[in-house]
Amino acid sequence: MSKSSLKQTLKDLDTKKISIRELNQDYLKRIKENENLNVFIHFSEDNVLKQIDSLEKDNSAKKLKGIPIAIKDLFCTKNMPTTAASKILENFNPTYESFVTQKLLDEGSIFVGKTNLDEFAMGSATNTSFFGNTINPLSKDDEPLAPGGSSGGSAAAVAADLCLGATGTDTGGSIRQPASFCGVVGIKPTYGLCSRWGIAAFASSLDQAGIFSHNVEDASILLQSIAGFDQRDSTSAKVDIPNYFENLDDDLNGKTVGIPKEYSIDGTPKEISQIWEDAIKVLEKKGVKIKNISLPHTKYALPTYYIIAPAEASSNLARYDGVKYGFRSDEIDSLDEMYENTRAQGFGREVKRRILIGTYVLSAGYYDAYYLKAQKVRKLIANDFNKAFKECDFIVTPTAPSAAFPLNEKQNDPIKMYLNDVFTVPASLAGLPGISIPFGKDKNNLPLGIQILGKHFDEQQVFNAALSLERSYE
Amino acid sequence: MKIDKNTINKIARLSRIKLDDKESEDYIKDLNSILDWVEQLNEVNTENVEPLSNISSSILPKREDVSNDTNSSEEILENAPDKLEGFFAVPKVVE
Repeated sequence: MSKSSLKQTLKDLDTKKISIRELNQDYLKRIKENENLNVFIHFSEDNVLKQIDSLEKDNSAKKLKGIPIAIKDLFCTKNMPTTAASKILENFNPTYESFVTQKLLDEGSIFVGKTNLDEFAMGSATNTSFFGNTINPLSKDDEPLAPGGSSGGSAAAVAADLCLGATGTDTGGSIRQPASFCGVVGIKPTYGLCSRWGIAAFASSLDQAGIFSHNVEDASILLQSIAGFDQRDSTSAKVDIPNYFENLDDDLNGKTVGIPKEYSIDGTPKEISQIWEDAIKVLEKKGVKIKNISLPHTKYALPTYYIIAPAEASSNLARYDGVKYGFRSDEIDSLDEMYENTRAQGFGREVKRRILIGTYVLSAGYYDAYYLKAQKVRKLIANDFNKAFKECDFIVTPTAPSAAFPLNEKQNDPIKMYLNDVFTVPASLAGLPGISIPFGKDKNNLPLGIQILGKHFDEQQVFNAALSLERSYE
Repeated sequence: MKIDKNTINKIARLSRIKLDDKESEDYIKDLNSILDWVEQLNEVNTENVEPLSNISSSILPKREDVSNDTNSSEEILENAPDKLEGFFAVPKVVE
């Protein structure tokens, strides 16, 4: 069955070729057929039917009217519980709607469910969720594969055609890496393009909302819908949001692409180097000038990230104390006991590990040696990109150092797991927009991804380059 | 070794997370290996480099300082694990 695109579906709804109810019944059917993938933490058919009922009574024109969208369960939603895939937020019903989901509701989209993720978005395989693993829809029967993470549920929802688009969040690669693993398009925009208001915070200086979709055109439509200034997020950017879709242009003649030599890493599988070369060749044929660039501090991006992100997480997650919402332990002889037992029982292993490391690097006597040092190296990493973008319009790299790996692999060694983000973390530290698009397959016929990075707020260039590569590949 | 038994207990206490002995041992191992790995940052010369805390290149606008009372205390208390007469309830802190 060929998956219909958002663009085509909007036309079909417009010309009454299909009704909102028919469209969503079709998706509901597939969601129920694919329950074994464990894509959703929260799914309620009744809830979806209610949304259809109310849209049918609504005569106003809306851009995404009736479009089934899946929401990463890190976004607070008023009509569905929000867990961040953690026991500590079990049974939490937000009293407000996140900025991003409100925008999607205002445009008439239908939320089919809340998707699984790594607990508090900390992970690269959607295997730290309190609600169990999500299975990559591309798995063969004998070997279930990981969908990547942390937004693995959203990537899988699009790959299994359970929705026409999904929201995700990306702190160090949590949209781009699962997009690559599941063979879908995933874009993390510039830091500040979409308000973080109402997203359970992980690392505030890095967290950014974004989109998963079947193709680049759909991503351009959906990103425009969730972008925008919001005064409730102090780092939300007041910039004009172009009509990305209308402005799409796959003619790259005369543009310059930067190829960073530091992204050729020892031990990268041959197939990944191969698709990178293929992408460069395609661009060259299209009249793009190839420029070898250097981002000298690339190798320090991962250790920098694994100081900054846990430090911010340890502070952000201090709010989960069993007082105001969520889980509270039964062992509560004193207030301190209540805190310590609630957090011991409410958080999973990876989250605790990151809180502990973050607390250590921020503690008296160690702050300068770790956190401050990491912030300085982060500055150098951002400077590398600023310099590189003086010589090129966009940068092309692989998205991830491997195709989807078997579930439960790489669980014991945290550093090995962290290496999944080697190609995505540098752009996160620099706040740059990045997209991953499917490009080529490995020897087991699993999809691989190419990443395109752009200048701050130059999502249009990122989309244009992605569209051009996508069209040459199809 | 940077993290020993005393250090992990101190960090766990600061984080308000109770650890049993087995967990403490695991985290001592994990944290030491992560800290050894991030040590490579010391190779980088960061003299006269400003620490980067906000990456945004846009100018962050100020908002007007006006209060905005949504008065949703009842709704908010619905999520509380324990509540009493319109307040969050916790174990007794004074004898």
